[in-house]
Amino acid sequence: MAAEADMMEASGPAIDPMYQFTLKPLFGEGPIHWYTPTNATLWMGIAVLAIIGLLVFGTRRRAIVPSHTQSVAELAYGFVYQMVRDVAGKEGVKYFPYIMTLFIFIIFTNFLGLIPMSFSVTSQIAVTAVLAVLVFVSVTLLGFYLHGVKFLGLFWVSQAPLALRPVLAIIEIISYFVRPVSHSIRLAGNVMAGHAVIEVFASFAASALIAPIAMVGIVAMFGMDVLVAFIQAYVFTILTCVYLKDALHPSH
Amino acid sequence: MEGSIVEMGKLIGAGIATIGMGGAAIGVGTIVGNFLSGALRNPAAAASQTAMLFIGIAFAEAFGIFSFLVALLLMFAL
Amino acid sequence: MTTATTEAAGHAAESAAGMPQLDISTFPNQIFWLAVTLVLIYLILSRIALPRIEAVLAERQGTITGDLAAAEELKQKAVEAEEAYNKALADARAEANRIVAETRADIQAELDEAIARADAEIAARSAESEKAIAEIRASAQEAVKEVAVDTAKEIVAAFGVKADARAIAAAVTQRMKG
Repeated sequence: MAAEADMMEASGPAIDPMYQFTLKPLFGEGPIHWYTPTNATLWMGIAVLAIIGLLVFGTRRRAIVPSHTQSVAELAYGFVYQMVRDVAGKEGVKYFPYIMTLFIFIIFTNFLGLIPMSFSVTSQIAVTAVLAVLVFVSVTLLGFYLHGVKFLGLFWVSQAPLALRPVLAIIEIISYFVRPVSHSIRLAGNVMAGHAVIEVFASFAASALIAPIAMVGIVAMFGMDVLVAFIQAYVFTILTCVYLKDALHPSH
Repeated sequence: MEGSIVEMGKLIGAGIATIGMGGAAIGVGTIVGNFLSGALRNPAAAASQTAMLFIGIAFAEAFGIFSFLVALLLMFAL
Repeated sequence: MTTATTEAAGHAAESAAGMPQLDISTFPNQIFWLAVTLVLIYLILSRIALPRIEAVLAERQGTITGDLAAAEELKQKAVEAEEAYNKALADARAEANRIVAETRADIQAELDEAIARADAEIAARSAESEKAIAEIRASAQEAVKEVAVDTAKEIVAAFGVKADARAIAAAVTQRMKG
């Protein structure tokens, strides 16, 4: 490990692009226990406050003709509601509050993470893995609860030739269990990659020669990250809806 | 510059792993290109398929992110 | 992934300088606070925000539907009013036509009567005049006949022929007829 530290000092960039993802206790130093308030806690709290600000405070007047904040809140509501209804069907609307919770949490932490010097909660694999496993476990349990053993029909492709079906079943099962992995890594990886690349460009800016290019690069990457922050929240939510649809209608 | 050969191997491996992101780029390009050509043929049906477009992009992109992750793991974690 | 993560995390736990995401000692902390956050957000959404937005949207939908219905009703009323107006207009026109026809018939009748009267008068007058003309012509013919008989008598006498007055008169009458 000393060699690694050496390498970082000798050849690596002066700024460690990964340092920004480090969890630190908010008050003082010391080990991080399970209850210690950290910077992640702080930014999750800020996200909760922002959500209250938009969805509760913004809609307090219940106006027929909405104010700006209220129309943003209604837009978010309508966006997720339509997504759930279109992808998961009418039966999926029952689970709309859970999916809305996921979407709102991810999009708020994504955008708050874009504020310079902030901490991006969704870049932590622990967080996204919990979200993805939550979705995976609840969708699987829901499928078995609603359809019993028939839920396994999801893996048995009845249109395929009989000889191919066991092979396809294995592939289907593997792809089913890869779901939470790709689901969580996609979100964390995208957010992490965006932030790390901005950091790398920022470290290039230390040299006066390429600083202008680096700054243009930072701006471009930041724009890209704003897009990614939204698209990844959208993709996470819509994939949750797709998995939910599989649990509701497992027949192929 | 006196890192071990292991360090060199890691960095080279990380560099090679990032080639995988090119595949993801090709995949995303294919998806969006085909979506666009389909949408230009039948613009009325395009709006209803944007969700599928994003799902496809997400799947294609996930593998690029995997290779990026492998690169990161090689560089920092192993 | 899970095995890879744990393995990698095992390495990373030794060095905080690696990927901080894989530092497994921070996982319980993050998971705990994430759970707290998610429960909080879920409660806020399901208890306050979502019912409220739903109510607002439903109310707006209701208002829009109500307004549309009212507009439809008003439009219906306007159509009815226009129909009533058109009907009144048609009635008035029919009445006017009737009055015009009546008046025209009256006038025609009066006119016919007057023409008939005038025709009768004219007929009477012309009959009178014809009679007068006929009388005048008859008297004139008589006079001409006398003159002609006299003249013929004189001419015959001048020729030295003694003629019977009656024969001359008969000849003259015959000539005048032819």
